Amino acid sequence: MKRLVVVGNGMAGMACVEQILTYARRFEIAVFGDETHVNYNRIMLSSVLAGERTADDIVLNPLEWYRRNDITLRLGVRIVAVDSRLKTVTGDDGTVTPYDTLLLATGSSPWFPPIAGLDKESVFAFRTLDDTRELLSRSQRGTRAVVIGGGLLGLEAARGLQIQGCDVTVVHLLDTLMERQLDRRGGEYLSAKMESLGVRLLLGRQTTAIVGDASVTGLAFSDGSSVEADLVVVAAGIRPNVDLARKAGVHVNRGIVVNDRMETSDPDIFAVGECVEHNGVCYGLVAPLFEQGKVLAATITGNGGSAYAGTVQAAKLKIMGVDVFSAGDWSDGQGVEPVSYEDPALGIYKKLVLRDGRLAGVMLVGETSDSHRYMDWLRTGADLADRRRHLLFPPPADDVGLDAAEMADGATVCGCVGVTKGAIIAAIHERGVNTLSQLKECTRASTGCGSCTGLCQDLLRAVAPEFEEDAKKVICACVPFAEDKLREILRSQRLRSVQDVLEIYGNGVGCEVCKPALSYMLDMLWCGDHDEDRSARFINDRVHANIQKDGTFSVVPRIRGGVTNPDELRRIADVADKYKVRMVKITGSQRIDLLGIRKEDLPNVWADLGMPSGQAYTKGVRMVKTCVGTDFCRFGTQDSIAAGIEMESRFEQLYTPHKVKMGAVGCPRNCAEATVKDIGLVGVEGGWQVVVGGAAGKGVRKADLLTTVETTGAALEAAELFFQYYRENGNYLERTYDFVERLGIEKVRKETVYAPEPVRRALLDRLKKSKARARDAWLEGRAPKHPTQFIPLQPIDTVLA
Amino acid sequence: MSEQRWIRVTPCGNVPPREGRAVRIGGREIAIFNLGDRFLATDNSCPHRSGPLCDGIVTGAAVVCPLHAWKINLETGAVERPAGGEGCVRTYPTRIDDGVILIGLPAGDVTGSERAYASARALSA
Repeated sequence: MKRLVVVGNGMAGMACVEQILTYARRFEIAVFGDETHVNYNRIMLSSVLAGERTADDIVLNPLEWYRRNDITLRLGVRIVAVDSRLKTVTGDDGTVTPYDTLLLATGSSPWFPPIAGLDKESVFAFRTLDDTRELLSRSQRGTRAVVIGGGLLGLEAARGLQIQGCDVTVVHLLDTLMERQLDRRGGEYLSAKMESLGVRLLLGRQTTAIVGDASVTGLAFSDGSSVEADLVVVAAGIRPNVDLARKAGVHVNRGIVVNDRMETSDPDIFAVGECVEHNGVCYGLVAPLFEQGKVLAATITGNGGSAYAGTVQAAKLKIMGVDVFSAGDWSDGQGVEPVSYEDPALGIYKKLVLRDGRLAGVMLVGETSDSHRYMDWLRTGADLADRRRHLLFPPPADDVGLDAAEMADGATVCGCVGVTKGAIIAAIHERGVNTLSQLKECTRASTGCGSCTGLCQDLLRAVAPEFEEDAKKVICACVPFAEDKLREILRSQRLRSVQDVLEIYGNGVGCEVCKPALSYMLDMLWCGDHDEDRSARFINDRVHANIQKDGTFSVVPRIRGGVTNPDELRRIADVADKYKVRMVKITGSQRIDLLGIRKEDLPNVWADLGMPSGQAYTKGVRMVKTCVGTDFCRFGTQDSIAAGIEMESRFEQLYTPHKVKMGAVGCPRNCAEATVKDIGLVGVEGGWQVVVGGAAGKGVRKADLLTTVETTGAALEAAELFFQYYRENGNYLERTYDFVERLGIEKVRKETVYAPEPVRRALLDRLKKSKARARDAWLEGRAPKHPTQFIPLQPIDTVLA
Repeated sequence: MSEQRWIRVTPCGNVPPREGRAVRIGGREIAIFNLGDRFLATDNSCPHRSGPLCDGIVTGAAVVCPLHAWKINLETGAVERPAGGEGCVRTYPTRIDDGVILIGLPAGDVTGSERAYASARALSA
């Protein structure tokens, strides 16, 4: 077998090796990478910086893949010399490796403009996983970060740093952002969007120096102005890495020159990716790498015939909530027809450029869901004569499969990896693909930038006989994300208000399903430190009482552990008299319910009761039902009243995915039915059993044993762990009995009582933090959140004839 | 009856964004909703079981009744959900004048309720 040495372990090199492996084996393959990581998806680094993905999430080929394919992998070794006469490469560790065929996939490096002070500490590029990790470790709330460069990469870096809490400024040499992808108008729309996210823009500024002593303090510009900075990221462009090729004597212009078969001037040396120049063009985007890799693999394995004809350049900005897409050539000129649409209020700008009745270029800002249609027209050079009326707006269709049905089999679905509709349909029929993850595994479609995921789903839905949705159930159509994904987004994007979430990730409107769910999530995630929006909550949570069928409310004061006293009972009786309460009812949870109270009387009722809210109206902590325990009962083994009251005090006032009912009993006779509660403490000789996920509602479910402990303190701590774990991982309106069944009690135990100490500590800390911010809701009776929260409006004009 | 009588109700600030508030005018109970860019008014009674619409969650230009989640279009008063839900809510025109919300009531209709209101006042005096 011949020896193939690949220099560069990036996306281009490994995509090409993947293609080579599809042919009959004729190489022993060795791969050298100067980074210390396995091959990862470099274009997703911005989402790692933004906290949406982890480093593990973006791995493309794990170590296992190299091993399985008998590839020798050397990481952290930089090839410093090529001897094309002896046919060897030399690493910076001194090793010399012979080759028969050499593949240069050396990529490119960040370009640093001539600026004084680039050598200072806290000046970074944004190219590798290490750069990203460094930036993550340096960015804190309040760090002043300046990004030099307002192109794709610079803007993605800026948004990521901002999400990490930095105050971010983007400095750009030209006076419009992304000028290579957008015209002036498009740039203006993008600027407005970035500024609305809180990113500061300094356009038309040439940086002359990075100032400061050892570390950065600011930047100076050619117009004499300056800006302060603690951290500088240079994202001013990339340059192909051609040093090795030059040393090997291969023909090099700006990049390593290759022909249509991806051959260089040396018959044993090939090149692929960002380091090459084809027909005078160096590509810096992902799709061309895959196309080149396919051609090169065919050439190198002696399966020639295919030729690389260049790629239609397409760029997509990968910032959540900032949709920008640009492709082709949109420059003005003779015989060019621009067609555009804009809606400043919605921030939407679309422009197509036609040449000879065919699409030459496209740019989309604010709304990019049609991008695949335009890419298809660009690639195929479709004649648009009969589509002129629907260029920017496809004809309305109720048929969800229509979009996919309109594509020809040869049309590309995944532009990054180069997968056609036909290939996807073939995979579905011939390889039994039914889910998106199987499709990714099988065809690699949608593993690049991910923008074709929706289209892949549509195709699967339309074609696969047993299509299964990968994604978990979305919360609702207004914000189409699964709840766990949504929690991750809210956390990483630091969203603190329901309206912001709806505007950035949803339809801007919301409904009675998603609004209360989002309200809960924000309250839980930020431990109460969020912008509470009462309009997003159910009426019960606006006025802290339970609405009844006639529009009046019921009032249940908190009686911890069900233990009251004559004073409280007298006050309750007085309130019932004074407000002519229609019914006073002992509830099933050892509480007293006053029914039929008018909204405007609520504040006075609460004041007269002088007791805190029992939260009987909300998805929150209801009560702890107790038996009399050791105090009086001759069978009691534990002080269930004290334990129950303590548990209620620790959890009360907090919100939960659904209501939480608890119980504490002093012996296994279970007089307060703790084993059918969401959380139960069951006293046994010498300790407590803590049980969770019980139900005695529509269904009856005996609670699962979480743990058995010796002391009341330990029992309460176990309950706290479960309680907070449920708050953080339960879906909205999911009771603990569904939650425990969904996850399985083993997993719940593993992640609560059996979790490592730091994990348990963190759960308890977050609970403590939420609790510290929680207040008795009924205090609003004295200090309403809004002047007309409880009282009806009094018309200014009295209506008298 | 096309003649309309505009009643000044309350300063805009008394109805927070995306919420509703009830007001009694003459013999009617009217719900006023703040949609952010405008105010809409309907009878404060769901055609299903008379739930107080002012206490519902506003979604776009509709409100969801707090009792059984019927969805009522605030512009037309029509029932949007459930499909086939019967009945319709009366709507009233609104306008803003000097920071105050005004509701337009049919002139003739008002006279009747005003009379009722006046006699009720006379009784309680």
